[in-house]
Amino acid sequence: MTCLPDKTTRKLGLVIDLDTCVGCQACVTNCKEWNTGGHMAPLTDTNPYGAEADGVWFNRVHSYEVTTPEGSSRSLHFPRSCLHCEDAACVAVCPTGASYKRTSDGIVLVDEDKCIGCKLCSWACPYGAREYDVFEGVMKKCTLCVDRIYNENLDQEDRVPACVLTCPTGARHYGDLNDPQSDVSRLVRKRGGRDLMPEMGYKPTNKYLPQREKTNVASSVNQSPALAPLDDTSGASGLLGWVDRMLERMD
Amino acid sequence: MYPAASVILFTTASGVGYGILALAPLLVAYGILPDEDRWLGGALMLPALGLVTVGLLSSTFHLGHPERAWRALSQWKSSWLSREGVMAILSYPPALAYTYAWVFLGSVDGPWVWAGFATVLTAFGTLFTTGMIYRSLKPVPAWATDWTVTGYLTLGPLTGLAVIIAIASGFGLHPVRFQAVTIVFVLAAAIAKNAYWARLQAAWDDHAQNAGAAIASPGNTVRSIEWPHTEANYVLKEMGYGVARKHAEKLRRITRNLLLVAPAIVFCLLPSLLPLPYLIWAVIPGAVLTLAGVAIERWLFFAEAKHVVSLYYGVE
Repeated sequence: MTCLPDKTTRKLGLVIDLDTCVGCQACVTNCKEWNTGGHMAPLTDTNPYGAEADGVWFNRVHSYEVTTPEGSSRSLHFPRSCLHCEDAACVAVCPTGASYKRTSDGIVLVDEDKCIGCKLCSWACPYGAREYDVFEGVMKKCTLCVDRIYNENLDQEDRVPACVLTCPTGARHYGDLNDPQSDVSRLVRKRGGRDLMPEMGYKPTNKYLPQREKTNVASSVNQSPALAPLDDTSGASGLLGWVDRMLERMD
Repeated sequence: MYPAASVILFTTASGVGYGILALAPLLVAYGILPDEDRWLGGALMLPALGLVTVGLLSSTFHLGHPERAWRALSQWKSSWLSREGVMAILSYPPALAYTYAWVFLGSVDGPWVWAGFATVLTAFGTLFTTGMIYRSLKPVPAWATDWTVTGYLTLGPLTGLAVIIAIASGFGLHPVRFQAVTIVFVLAAAIAKNAYWARLQAAWDDHAQNAGAAIASPGNTVRSIEWPHTEANYVLKEMGYGVARKHAEKLRRITRNLLLVAPAIVFCLLPSLLPLPYLIWAVIPGAVLTLAGVAIERWLFFAEAKHVVSLYYGVE
């Protein structure tokens, strides 16, 4: 049923650290790699090696320039994927019962055998997390690697979502956000983890850790020493300095 | 939002159809349409049933799996799309019964009045649930207003009325008898559409202000410097449609003229001035203009509505 559960036993989700993410796209790549053979397989591509390549991806990383009111600016890399919302409108709007939210762990999934491909769920998602598969005629989305995290064929340390496993900077964390003592819950408290677009009222499970405040902003940004021009030879000494001075005298 | 041709065809055709179903039994009950004219009954009810059926079928054209469309009737507890499907199916038995009584019995008195009553209720109910599908989508601020629903509830009957008048005048009924009801629906539609347009930009700006806060910390400004993909993806194709926004103001003017001004002149003003033989040459083009107006309005309704996901792509 597409009626949402009042509460779920666990709230499995991701905590993404925007301070540490370097935008390397490794999570994007490993997500595609795992999931094109996983629960929602295949993640099809249109014209993958030609012009106007397109395809289904569950994870997209944007890059931004962020400017503070004081005028200092820096880059920010922003991974965007399903937030497994508590109040997931994508599930409620589904007319067929293909979309559902699991009572046990809160993961939002699509039953591909029931999906009619009406796309309404993708309209209902403010985060653009659902992508339509034109070849299969059904909607696809992040499964939180449900086929990894419970997979007893994998070693315990590998039972995490592919994006978390592969992140080289440790910017992605996975755990139970319902348990106040879990590592992810502690991290959210410590770093002031935030909801994405809270005004939508979807109560996303995933949290984003904001970038840390820069220390000594004034000296690092506004008064950064300019590099000496590469063609300034005034400081040259020794043999090269002598050659420089000699050549300077020639007409 | 990308305006799928099948969705525009669906909402335009079924809007006219449900508009006729919603109003014809009422017009009969108030003696404005004569139920003793069986041919008139057939000429009104059969096209109406045909249009809602074409509309329903065309709404399945854009599905990835049309053969599973029956499943869409199952989740009426949570989904307005499912409720719309259920209401659309529920409207058939009373509409067919009423059509049978009008066309074959030449009278809709007695128990058939209840079939007419149920036809009116389910027709308005279908228009209401259609509007609620869009009204309930918070990520599209332009749609997330009661004026969206009011638009569906008034434009369907207005276009239905235009077709009823055009057909009835062919059966020798002077359009002046529809004057009062037309004035009501032209005014209601004008209020609904203008109120919808009046808040559209402000509704978007409310969310666009939060763009920085959504991504970085509140108070910071954010500029998109690199997208996650070099070519358009599903999200951009479906929700980043921008063609009509460039000409939105012109298209609104065209819509106002065709959908509101034309019916006001042709169906409210001219009937007081002209005798029937001349009027036929006005009301038929008048109905065509009204339908063209609603088709443009449908297109604009989608094309003009921005989805908040475009904020991540730097749309302002």
